[in-house]
Amino acid sequence: MTRLTAWFSEGRSTGKHTLPFVVILLSVTILASAANLFLPADSIFYVSTYTITLLGKYLCYAMLALAVDIIWGYCGILSLGHGAFFALGGYAMGMYLMRQIGDRGVYGNPLLPDFMVFLDWKELPWFWLGMDQFWFAMLMAVLVPGLLAFVFGWLAFRSRVTGVYLSIMTQALTYALLLAFFRNEMGFGGNNGLTDFKEILGFNLQADSTRVALFLITAILLAVIFVISQKILSSRLGKVVLAIRDSESRSRFIGYRTDRYKVWLFVYSAVIAGIAGALYVPQVGIINPGEFSPINSIEMVIWVAVGGRGTLIGAVIGALLVNYAKTRFTAIMPDAWLFALGAMFVLVTLYLPKGLMGLYGQLKAKRNAVMNKESQA
Amino acid sequence: MRRITLRHFIALCCCLFGLFSLSTHATESASLDPLLAELGEAKIKDMEPILVKIEAVSDETILPLLRTLLNGNLYYIKAEKKVIGQFETNGETFYKDVFTNEINTGIDKPDVDKIRVNNNLRGYLRNAIARIQLTSKSPSVRENAVRELLSKLDDSTVATLERLYPYESNKKVKEAMGLALAMNTASQTELAVSNRIAAIETLSSSLENDVRNLLTTLTRDDNAAVVTAANIALEKIAQRANRFAFVDQLFFGLSLGSVLLLASIGLAITFGVMGVINMAHGEMIMLGAYTTYVVQLMMPNYIDYSIWVAIPAAFLVSGLMGVLIERLVICRLHGRPLETLLATFGISLILQQLVRTIFSPLNRQVSSPSWMSGSWEINPVLSLTLNRLYILAFALLVFIVLVIVLKKTSLGLNVRAVSQNRNMAKAMGVKTNWVDAMTFGLGSGIAGIAGVALSQLTNVGPNLGQSYIIDSFMVVVFGGVGNLLGTLVAAFTLGIATKFLEPTTGAVLAAILVLVFIILFIQKRPKGLFPQKGRAAE
Repeated sequence: MTRLTAWFSEGRSTGKHTLPFVVILLSVTILASAANLFLPADSIFYVSTYTITLLGKYLCYAMLALAVDIIWGYCGILSLGHGAFFALGGYAMGMYLMRQIGDRGVYGNPLLPDFMVFLDWKELPWFWLGMDQFWFAMLMAVLVPGLLAFVFGWLAFRSRVTGVYLSIMTQALTYALLLAFFRNEMGFGGNNGLTDFKEILGFNLQADSTRVALFLITAILLAVIFVISQKILSSRLGKVVLAIRDSESRSRFIGYRTDRYKVWLFVYSAVIAGIAGALYVPQVGIINPGEFSPINSIEMVIWVAVGGRGTLIGAVIGALLVNYAKTRFTAIMPDAWLFALGAMFVLVTLYLPKGLMGLYGQLKAKRNAVMNKESQA
Repeated sequence: MRRITLRHFIALCCCLFGLFSLSTHATESASLDPLLAELGEAKIKDMEPILVKIEAVSDETILPLLRTLLNGNLYYIKAEKKVIGQFETNGETFYKDVFTNEINTGIDKPDVDKIRVNNNLRGYLRNAIARIQLTSKSPSVRENAVRELLSKLDDSTVATLERLYPYESNKKVKEAMGLALAMNTASQTELAVSNRIAAIETLSSSLENDVRNLLTTLTRDDNAAVVTAANIALEKIAQRANRFAFVDQLFFGLSLGSVLLLASIGLAITFGVMGVINMAHGEMIMLGAYTTYVVQLMMPNYIDYSIWVAIPAAFLVSGLMGVLIERLVICRLHGRPLETLLATFGISLILQQLVRTIFSPLNRQVSSPSWMSGSWEINPVLSLTLNRLYILAFALLVFIVLVIVLKKTSLGLNVRAVSQNRNMAKAMGVKTNWVDAMTFGLGSGIAGIAGVALSQLTNVGPNLGQSYIIDSFMVVVFGGVGNLLGTLVAAFTLGIATKFLEPTTGAVLAAILVLVFIILFIQKRPKGLFPQKGRAAE
């Protein structure tokens, strides 16, 4: 019995991992940044700018995994469309960066981005207006995904679309956006997307210091979002969300408006995904419609599944591990990566339903049980 | 005894006929040879009168010569005062008699001179060929010849047509000839206006491009009455053409619908019975398509028959793979539909990569059997491609067979029982595990058959399944789970809707609109068009 309770409580206990996580995250980030900026390039502790950017990218993915975990792990809503919110946030940032290029583009047009000049457009479409203001673009990076999630969630949850149906609909959503953003007429750069960025808020995007700053900002925001999410999910609201996950009809019969809880959690999750996208774009230097592709959205789910859903720390660990593996694998054996990814999907769902965090909890419980036995003996 | 006489009689007829045709050829070549020699030695500008004479003394047998001349392959042997055709196969040039097709090995390049033709002569030759074909014995050859002539009516052609028109017995040929004559009458400004208007009225029943061109020029005629008549006729033609364009669009919609039906029906069954989404369904389609490819590789000389081997083979390959997946993975995830979705997605990645490793990531070409290629030309503006027509029929056939399997066999009974109420079925002694495996195998096998059909329409590549999977999901969601009729209606509705939206919105926007429509539709009818009734559905 004790084993059973220990097994359940491990990896699910709220707040226990928060402090160590934040401390480790921030100290690693600061150390890596300092190593990049202040150490000479031939020092063994030097961290290259490439690595910094790579780490920054991983942290964006971790944030995205957090977003997926919040609704899947805690509320049981499997979204296969979170890539859409991520990409929309990314596009908002991309539009701002595009406007910052000004007349330094290939065609030297001070107002229109290169692709619009190429398409022979005469004036800026209305949805590009105001995107040259950083605050406005960032507002959009949060508002657009949030609004889309609100409309979609409100429509879906109100009419009680659940389970695989909802998953398929979210996948259709991101697929529709993929098709739409591929169109040149949409005014988002079509197939090529937005790229060739020069600077952000007046700082050169290629400079080491800008890269490190972006990395630091990503880490800090990840920590902040982690803490806020932890607080939300361990609050009363979080308990209701868990109740909805475990038995939605029962929660509804008790008197909770389950659809409203779900909609707001969905919007919160989409906003996090949007922020992750906005941080991702200046670091990788490009955003294109490929980010909308359904396979990307499913990959995010496997990060969470590997790390352990229902634990925020698991989502972060899963995202970091899987993406590190992906970087290594695609460099050494590009063909083997899809086999590995596919096998990961199958094996994790079959043998690690609670992910690595669940495994850790299981091992710990086993060890405790053994120790208990020994002490009794 | 009687039979023998009859056979003898036929043989005798054949002999006589053969002799007759031989003799005509002999007499003909007697007067033809000097003309041909003259042709070989003439300059380009003098050739037309000679060709007129040749046409006057000959019949259908002259066609090969004219065609060879038209293609610029006719050569003249100066020494023998004879013409000969030059042919090329596999980069080798050789010469053969244009009438008998006998290869003449004794001739080399220096011995012959090319008989050159210019554009003027080519035009004349084409007309001459068509004129000669007008007297052919086969009505279809005659009809094609008339249609060929429509765009280039000149005096001699019209004269020929007028001469042949009263004797023509075939209705279709006569109609075409009447059309040609009406075109001629309508365009003659010196004729009486009433005659011309009557001719224009005759023309208004035709859909030929040439007729429309002529009528368009007639709208600029000097005579006001002719202009009005031409405008009315054009209007009438446009209306008819629009009607056929509608039919054409409808056909493309039905064709897309049939593809969607094939791709999604297996998914509908597994989703209905087991409540799980098989993300690897697209890869089952892909496996079917690759099976078709492999079958064709194994029997390269029997491409026309290979498809009859490919259909059962694809069913078996995909079906067995489906059973394997069910036994190894899905049955262990029972009652966890979201995890099943993820696991099957992993399987789809593995299968795709496996195919990429074995067959290379490049697309593979599957050749269609000869009886499936070509098109059925109903009239000048409407022709239906045969492969799409066959696939439409095939999809409906598969659908009907599946309905029969589900309604009339014991497996079907069990499948329906499990899909209506799993626990109750189990309590009544239905082996649900076995039913699950069989359903999954059946669904995957049908996906394999869909792959055979798709391989006839598109290239076979590792991403084949991916491109159809989301549309298939939409069909299943739209039609309602576990309902074959819903799937049928949904597939054809979506197919036709997409094809009718495409001309106004473009292909991509049409796809987006359909997706958005389904997302909104689900709000109103979360269980699809035809929801399953009863408490078990909740």
